[in-house]
Amino acid sequence: MRRGFRVRTLGALMLAAALALPAIAIPSAQADPTIHTADQPLADPAQEARARALMREIRCVVCQSQSIDESDADIAANFRNIVREQIAAGRSDQEILDYLTARYGDFVLFDPPFRATTLILWVGPFALLALGLVVAMAILRRQRNAKTAAGGLAPPDLSERERRRLQELLTEPDSGAGKSA
Amino acid sequence: MPEEEAVSTPIRRLLYSLPILLLAAFGWLAWRGLAPDRDPSALPSAMVGKPVPDFTLPPLDASNEALSPKDFAGKVTVINFFASWCLPCKAEHPLLFQLQKDMNLPVYGIAFMDQPSDATGYIKENGDPYAKIGVDQNGRVAFNFGVQGVPETFILDRQGIIRYRLAEPLDPDRITSEIAPLVKSLQQ
Repeated sequence: MRRGFRVRTLGALMLAAALALPAIAIPSAQADPTIHTADQPLADPAQEARARALMREIRCVVCQSQSIDESDADIAANFRNIVREQIAAGRSDQEILDYLTARYGDFVLFDPPFRATTLILWVGPFALLALGLVVAMAILRRQRNAKTAAGGLAPPDLSERERRRLQELLTEPDSGAGKSA
Repeated sequence: MPEEEAVSTPIRRLLYSLPILLLAAFGWLAWRGLAPDRDPSALPSAMVGKPVPDFTLPPLDASNEALSPKDFAGKVTVINFFASWCLPCKAEHPLLFQLQKDMNLPVYGIAFMDQPSDATGYIKENGDPYAKIGVDQNGRVAFNFGVQGVPETFILDRQGIIRYRLAEPLDPDRITSEIAPLVKSLQQ
């Protein structure tokens, strides 16, 4: 009984796998009208790892928010093979990125460089933060000034005449209290 | 005290209007970014203003010589990337005849990631507006042109500098409003 169950389970699994096969094969079949670009991984695992790392930095030009490492688009496969060729040819990462941006612009980079056109992107947040700090400091300072003025801790600015008058009051031996002045 | 307030009033006014200004700037950006006629997938071409990349492609018609930038020398030229598997290409195909016949422009075709036999069948079926067709089977020439997909159309000036790139199918409006005036100015 138990063995029968196992055999049946195995059979069911195999049937499921057989049914799933066409579903796995479909993507390549869909790409059939074009010449499907196959990935050609580099033989050297270290070089391939470097290529893969670089691919994650490069945006697929037809799928917006995917890197060429993630994308199934044919053009992304094309890009991957171009990156691999460049690595095999001994180019540095930066040289490869320059090679791509010369043709497709900064759009292909997930990490856009600092340029006049990307100034707002890089400086904007810090400029806003600085502006916020300036405003906050101005408000704080004013509040503190208002508080000290109200608490009477700091003497108010006196004109020359008032200071002389104050001096007189303080030095006069028997004028009543300073308060009434 | 009154004098001090008078001094700081313009600054204070500016400070008070800052949030409104920033909000307006953000609103303008959002308005631009969400405009219905804006295509977020359209990329500015990095190739406009640059010389045509060098290449040599096997001709689709074996009796022709290879297609290379030598074919474009000294004249205003249209380069059109197409493929037999591309429906929008088929849609714009009649307009290529318009460029070739009505505007008297040499139009060169590059079959992008296409089987030569399929491309030949496509030309037989839809007619041949091209002066010559090169076959870019692995898409490397298209890569050097910064092509994202097909159809794409480029216009070169007499010096072989890329002056125009259209990363979508041609349409009659665009031909009259953009391409015709540009070609006219380039041919002068």
